[in-house]
Amino acid sequence: MLRLTVARTASRMALRVPLVPARGYATANTKGEEVKARIEKKRQASVLGGGTARIATQHDKGKLTARERISLLLDPGTFREYDAFVEHQCTDFGMSSQKITGDGVVTGVGKVNGRTTYVFSQDFTSFGGSLSRTFAAKVCKIMDRAMQVGAPVVGLNDSGGARIQEGVDSLAGYCEIFQRNVLASGVIPQISLIMGPCAGGAVYSPALTDFTFMVRGTSYLFVTGPDVVKAVTNETVTQEELGGAQPHTRKSGVAHDAFDNDVVALASTRELLSYLPQSNREPPALRFTADPVDRADAALDTLVPSDSHTAYDIKSVVGRIVDDGRFFEIMPDFARNIVVAFARIGGQSVGVVGNQPLVSSGVLDIDASVKAARFVRFCDAFNIPLVTFVDVPGFLPGTQQEHGGIIREGAKLLYAYAEATVPKIAVTTRKAYGGAQCVMSSKQLRGDVNFAWPTAELAVMGAKGAVEILWRNKPDERKAAEEEYNRLFANPLPAAQRGYLDDIIQPSTTRRRIIEELEILKHKKLANPLKKHDNMPL
Amino acid sequence: MSAILSARLRSPRLFIRLYSQQQQQQQQQSAERTFDKILVANRGEIACRVMRTARRMGIRTVAVYSDADADSVFVRQADEAVHVGAAPSTQSYLNMDAILDAIRKTGAQAVHPGYGFLSENAQFVKQLEAAGVAFIGPRENALAAMGDKIQSKIIAREAGVNTIPGFNGVVRDAAHAVEIAEDIGYPVMLKASAGGGGKGMRVAHTADEVRESFVLASDEAASSFGDRRLLVEKFIEEPRHIEIQVLADGQGNVLWLPERECSIQRRNQKVIEEAPSTHLDPETRRRMGEQAVALARSVNYNSAGTVEFLVDKHRNFYFLEMNTRLQVEHPITELVTGLDLVEEMIRSAAGLPLTTTKQSDVRMDGWAIEARVYAEDPDKFLPSIGTLSRYQEPAGPHVRCDSGVTEGSEISVYYDPMISKLSAHGPTRSSAIGALSRALDRYLITGVTHNIPLLRDVVSSAAFGEGRTSTSFLAEHYPHGFKGHRLNEHTGSQLAAATAALQFIRNARDNPSLLPNATDYVLLMPQLLDDGTVSKTDTKVTLQLVSPTVSLSGTNEFTATVNDHPLKFSVSWGVDQPFADIHYESSTESLLFLTPLPLGMRVQFRGTKFDIDVMNPHQRELQRLMKEKERIDTSKLVLAPMPGTIISVAVKPGDTCLARQ
Repeated sequence: MLRLTVARTASRMALRVPLVPARGYATANTKGEEVKARIEKKRQASVLGGGTARIATQHDKGKLTARERISLLLDPGTFREYDAFVEHQCTDFGMSSQKITGDGVVTGVGKVNGRTTYVFSQDFTSFGGSLSRTFAAKVCKIMDRAMQVGAPVVGLNDSGGARIQEGVDSLAGYCEIFQRNVLASGVIPQISLIMGPCAGGAVYSPALTDFTFMVRGTSYLFVTGPDVVKAVTNETVTQEELGGAQPHTRKSGVAHDAFDNDVVALASTRELLSYLPQSNREPPALRFTADPVDRADAALDTLVPSDSHTAYDIKSVVGRIVDDGRFFEIMPDFARNIVVAFARIGGQSVGVVGNQPLVSSGVLDIDASVKAARFVRFCDAFNIPLVTFVDVPGFLPGTQQEHGGIIREGAKLLYAYAEATVPKIAVTTRKAYGGAQCVMSSKQLRGDVNFAWPTAELAVMGAKGAVEILWRNKPDERKAAEEEYNRLFANPLPAAQRGYLDDIIQPSTTRRRIIEELEILKHKKLANPLKKHDNMPL
Repeated sequence: MSAILSARLRSPRLFIRLYSQQQQQQQQQSAERTFDKILVANRGEIACRVMRTARRMGIRTVAVYSDADADSVFVRQADEAVHVGAAPSTQSYLNMDAILDAIRKTGAQAVHPGYGFLSENAQFVKQLEAAGVAFIGPRENALAAMGDKIQSKIIAREAGVNTIPGFNGVVRDAAHAVEIAEDIGYPVMLKASAGGGGKGMRVAHTADEVRESFVLASDEAASSFGDRRLLVEKFIEEPRHIEIQVLADGQGNVLWLPERECSIQRRNQKVIEEAPSTHLDPETRRRMGEQAVALARSVNYNSAGTVEFLVDKHRNFYFLEMNTRLQVEHPITELVTGLDLVEEMIRSAAGLPLTTTKQSDVRMDGWAIEARVYAEDPDKFLPSIGTLSRYQEPAGPHVRCDSGVTEGSEISVYYDPMISKLSAHGPTRSSAIGALSRALDRYLITGVTHNIPLLRDVVSSAAFGEGRTSTSFLAEHYPHGFKGHRLNEHTGSQLAAATAALQFIRNARDNPSLLPNATDYVLLMPQLLDDGTVSKTDTKVTLQLVSPTVSLSGTNEFTATVNDHPLKFSVSWGVDQPFADIHYESSTESLLFLTPLPLGMRVQFRGTKFDIDVMNPHQRELQRLMKEKERIDTSKLVLAPMPGTIISVAVKPGDTCLARQ
């Protein structure tokens, strides 16, 4: 895990990388001139990082350098670097003679679509991107500043791990970063891009941030690498199988999505940031939309199949309601029975949560509950209204789920909705059964506006299950009872008659109705009781 | 009046025509009652089409539907709807018992069969007759007579209709072949009696060629089929498929209407039809019309029908067959004549005369072209199924769209994958072509693969513009299949500049603080190569906004250089909305914004979809360093070339399969 290669950099003469503009003072015949020349030399050295040979290696792997990545993340020409002159202070193992200006990380501030964004970018060409005390200090400096001004931090990770020569200093550096990740959590958005190796203790910084994205084929996240795995468990596994984009976006849920390459990953990060506020002190920015506020979508009126066992794609429902049919899905490949995404409705950012009938009928299981809970909490922390589409048959039964702790894990989603104070709008499109109905942004969990489509069925359970219990001893009467149950409960009226629904709406009007409510709910004021912090079931 | 409004006629001209007709009719109607209620034994667009006229005539409508069509537009449009069976048409739309039952249940007095399904089924007509229900179509005897291809040719010949001349028997020797050829006229075709597939077929233009061909063809026939016997028949040079619409009532009125040319076909199915044909002169038209009328009279025809002819390049025409139903492509005849064929059929079935009874009153007003929009890939013509996730029909004057779908409709595996028939009408052929091209550019369909790229390419091709159409049009113009519109330097520049402009507007939306300075872009433009593959080439675009500020929902004026060529244009677009109008100095094009891509966007231009990466030069430079990701190994997957139902599985686990087994 703690891996590092230190070699003298190759010739720094062949400059094939962009330089900062020459300052035009070349000779050093006075003291002032001499200092300027030294400054310039250092500045150029920092630009070069680990040198041209390593840069070429980085490119050969299909990876960009730390600075190239920053240039794509930020609006052109807006990057202002800090601490370019920082060098490590380590003297052990001959390190005093091995210094790379900048010390393996590029930090600073710039704009993303005109909005201030802090960034650190680990430089794999320089000491393998390994983390030293000074490296950590650079990162902490911009995190502190981001907290003070209220702006997001984007971390571009590409590092071999701790700098072994620095020993405990390096570990202390990680701890400093973790502490800041935690304090910043819920205050400013923190996004991690894994663009190379990220192993050992280093993984916990991305894990503490709000979103972790990976690059397919070139990024790995693991606590211990394949060699250690082999030694301890005798399991043979490749880096990709152990901690590549595929396992983390599909199985572990550690990563929120993966992209084909650095360029796409950085462009997508810019898009994600556009949905988010700068900090918890602000609402997300409004964005112009040419999509009419009152656009009625007639296809919604027939989208839910008349047969309640036939599946449909909740994403096509979401796409028909949000602006321009666009949404940014979080964890699209993990727990696909629930969909979470950022979108805009009437120009306003919203967090969308929807049960996905296409996958396992949209049932809630451990993974789906945790996925949605974390998303709901993010939205609540950052003033992003929640729009929930409900079509849920219940929680997934079985020993695997029960023994895996569906009670505790399902409670997380319940907890997240119950504690959220942002505007909460729910639309029940079809089934809302049992405890899962309570969980999914129900009226009683302080749902602001709960709509249902005429196809909705809010009940303790489906007709068949209910009749099997209630008519347990009268199998002959079950068929009639089932029909009676369906007539009474397989529609939204009982819930609406009790005020558990605010209205039953024509599906085609959903967009307009949500926009109207969001407009009103801008002035919503609701606070939870004062407490040190809550005690969510973890 | 309200019935007419809800009829949702897409062509205002037709609307006005039908409206004035209807006013006349309201006066007539008290005397001329047809039916109170009819049942439409069909689905999709033709069911909608028939109901539209029925409603206008004050007739209540009954739809029949299968499981798969429960939510369809035609079911919602009908006054009543009866479920007749499961999705496969044999269990529903061909299920006579269920349909007869629906008739009894609803008390419908007449049945319109549309086209396909039971429309030419004599048995069905007989059963209706027995039940005392009118069939809105020809009488059973005419239907049966024309239904038999051999018998219909004999009847045609007796009625004085030109049929393809040939010798009805085996040729004895070369001299006999010459004798027959002289008799039927050159050129002739010698073909193997046992033949097929073009083997043993030879064309001869002179007696010498006949003698020579006789030897070669009989040898070829012997080696291919083990049978050297030959047939001789007239060779039709550059054949065109041209058909005459006839209208008849039971009162002795029989009219012919201007012809439809249906030459552009794929797999023997029509794709583009027009009325009239570029190929006919008034004299040929009249002669064909009169022969068609003669044929109709000879079988006491009493409805709408179509007489199909093959016409060679010298305008010799030969009878092929008669279709005793309303044809798919009837809208173009309606557009040029102003008649409503469904109305005429209903009247005739009710024992009323046609609305027009004098041949001299039949109008031929301008030109109409119809394109059949199919859910199929335009290269291999394999059907595509799915949900029409976005669907917006073109509107506007001179355009008529006959469809039975709406956004969210399903194109299912059970029925014909036709989405709609898009027709345009104009005073001249070129104005009709222009209107159809614009309509195709304003047609938004996503969710299924469709053939609009092909339709748009054919309609705007030089050959089509000059009227050079034949039944082998697609094979000749797309010998390796249709892969998409090929950009030339001009259209490529137009597309690049417009795409960059959309990106500029999107960027301005995302970053309102952005100054409208000159902006450099590098676009990766897909280029279609001769072998059908696509390569991406860099196109440099520098864009300068001329308008003082960026409008996110209006018009922005730009100057651009595209690979150093200057271009001036303006863009009218509501950011991220589907349709953008691009006004160049010489023309206006529609650009369809389909979806943003990670680094650019997917647009549709001149019918074809293009995935275009739009980057700034720095991004492009770095993007070059990215490696192609390995493709997922699909060699272990078996994929069907088109959707269908698995009927049987011929292997079991453990069996060994050979290639092509």
